[in-house]
Amino acid sequence: MSLAHDARVTVRPTAAVQRSRLRGWPEIDNPAAWAVAAILLIMPLIANGFFLIEIFATTLILGLMALSLMFLAGYGGMVSLMQLTIAGFSAYMVAVFGVSGNANISLGWPWWLAVPMALALATIFGTLGGALAVRTEGIYTIMITLAIGAAFYYFTNQNWAIFNGHTGINTVATPNFWGVNWRADIPFYYIVLAVAALCYFAVDYISRAPFGLALQGVRDNPRRMAALGFNVNAHRVAAYAFASFVAALAGVLQVWNYRQISPGSVSVGACIDILIIAVVGGITRPVGPFIGALIFVLLRTFALDFLVKLGLDGNRFRLLIGLGFLAIVFWSSDGVIGLWQSWRRRQRSGAGSSSGRRDRESGQRSSQGSRHG
Amino acid sequence: MSRFVERHPAWALIVVIAIAVALWLIFAVWPQGLEDAVGRKRVFLNALFNGITLGGLYFLVASGFTLIFGLMRNVNLAHGSLYLFGGYVGYAISAATGSWVLSFVVAFILTALVGVLLQVIVFRRMEGQDLRQTMVTIGLSIVFADLMLWACGGDFYQVQTPNWLIGPVELPLVTAVKSSGEPVYLRYPLVRLVIFAASVVIGVAMWLALNRTRIGMIIRAGVDDRDMLAATGVRIQLVFVVVFALGAGLAGVAGVVGGTFQSLSPGEDIRFLLASLVVVIVGGMGSIPGAALGALIIGLAEQLGSVYIPTYAIVVTFLIMVLVLAIRPQGLLARR
Repeated sequence: MSLAHDARVTVRPTAAVQRSRLRGWPEIDNPAAWAVAAILLIMPLIANGFFLIEIFATTLILGLMALSLMFLAGYGGMVSLMQLTIAGFSAYMVAVFGVSGNANISLGWPWWLAVPMALALATIFGTLGGALAVRTEGIYTIMITLAIGAAFYYFTNQNWAIFNGHTGINTVATPNFWGVNWRADIPFYYIVLAVAALCYFAVDYISRAPFGLALQGVRDNPRRMAALGFNVNAHRVAAYAFASFVAALAGVLQVWNYRQISPGSVSVGACIDILIIAVVGGITRPVGPFIGALIFVLLRTFALDFLVKLGLDGNRFRLLIGLGFLAIVFWSSDGVIGLWQSWRRRQRSGAGSSSGRRDRESGQRSSQGSRHG
Repeated sequence: MSRFVERHPAWALIVVIAIAVALWLIFAVWPQGLEDAVGRKRVFLNALFNGITLGGLYFLVASGFTLIFGLMRNVNLAHGSLYLFGGYVGYAISAATGSWVLSFVVAFILTALVGVLLQVIVFRRMEGQDLRQTMVTIGLSIVFADLMLWACGGDFYQVQTPNWLIGPVELPLVTAVKSSGEPVYLRYPLVRLVIFAASVVIGVAMWLALNRTRIGMIIRAGVDDRDMLAATGVRIQLVFVVVFALGAGLAGVAGVVGGTFQSLSPGEDIRFLLASLVVVIVGGMGSIPGAALGALIIGLAEQLGSVYIPTYAIVVTFLIMVLVLAIRPQGLLARR
């Protein structure tokens, strides 16, 4: 244990030298990132309604939830399974405070009052859950957050006064102002894209801000950080608060997307799906969850047809997901991104370029991070 | 015990009063005022017994979970799948042969075999990487759940209770007194009592095996310090396999029990995984007595809650967990 820590300390000066470069805008010199951004912006010209909403907007929404998990797991070392629960709570709150088909439950507030209320309540909910989870460490976090998520699922199933039991709340109203129906395919896609981009850059910025660096220090060695005068638990709870806010945003978008919310959307299986998305994509970089979400959504949408075409039972979609997840966990500590990086490294082996070294370092850091849990 | 009384006299007094009240509630004939306020005594006693027997079932599931966690630091989130697998195996055997007892034996052996395979093929490769192991168990639980859905479908199954266990038995507990002065005794399903007795026997046997035998000593040493135990020359991998087999086998047995007095269907795996998570969080991870206490508390809370505050039964369970985490984050009976 202590050996590993000392090894990491000797690595640190190089990181400090590179710091000035790291401070700049993320990926600003990367042509691939510009290409992806451009394609995302002109997507409505390429894709029709089904692909735009069912594939890309859904990907971005799921990616946002997984992003909040990635922030906690990658930078804070806390694998929280309740991120979907927070999103679901926020979605329920939008439905309860806003306008919906269940007039006996919904309070009928306008969306610009209901949404901030939902965001605030969901953030408080997630922060309280986080404050509970940080009382224990590492692997216990998974158990406690899973228990919270499952308790919320069973509660929504049983409670009829607020959550309307297992039928949930239907026909939730979506915003409609300035003469634009914001739930129409193209405006909604741009809303989702804007929120996703904001959250992506916010996570990227925080990871390099003093708070994010302290959080990564807490992840790697909480005792040393405590000795340096950092309040370890306060950093962790603050990380939960931020991640809860991101998840709450995703929840608002999700309820606008489907126009309904029911216990099925906050089930334990769905909570675990978010973990799968984040892990498959890779939990060391903010872009990972979005890649994972794209893979997941594509599989979920097309696996049935694909399996039937191969002459197999189309209902075995979850088996495919599970096996794919197992394969990723077995062979790559950093999801698809890790596989891609190791492939790139093999392509350039022996070149010894500075970016190659940086990749190797980050890969090493991630494997240590995941080992410490 | 006496040290606890000396240290916390106020708590000891509260515990004694609580036990006295509970005993009075169970044995005394309730006065009319109490029946008006709370409900019939028969309802209360039934909920109490259901809670205790459910606690026995939870103990069977959670003890394997906590044993595996305590020794190998492996949070086996596929434990619920092992439970459901054992249940399906038990159903198949009892439907094919008609023997209830045989279904337990076969379910234990088969789930223990699955456990051995998991430990040898999967978990041995990633020893010491807690998070990765947990991820793998999540993946496995998804795969198992889908395979079982494939094989058994989405129907409900119930293991047939043997003839000699069907029917209620009269317990020497008075529920009410008729106007003629004749007491009415509580009637309770025999099979539930037998299953509860069996889980107590299994619990005591596990306690004895852990505290009075050589292999138990090795396991306890492994729970305390795995590396030091390996350094003294114990073949630790063999111990891991044995413990994993035992823990998985217990989950399988619990599956048959659950299939007998509840039912088996997809989704039960997650329900029992959650139950064992909450039980070990409340009782203390890695502690067998903790699992017993936690199972009793959660079982009682669930059943009494579902009778007296039906909408919020699950919240009571959850509040207990929150309370324990707030007061004793390591669990009620954990040493660390």
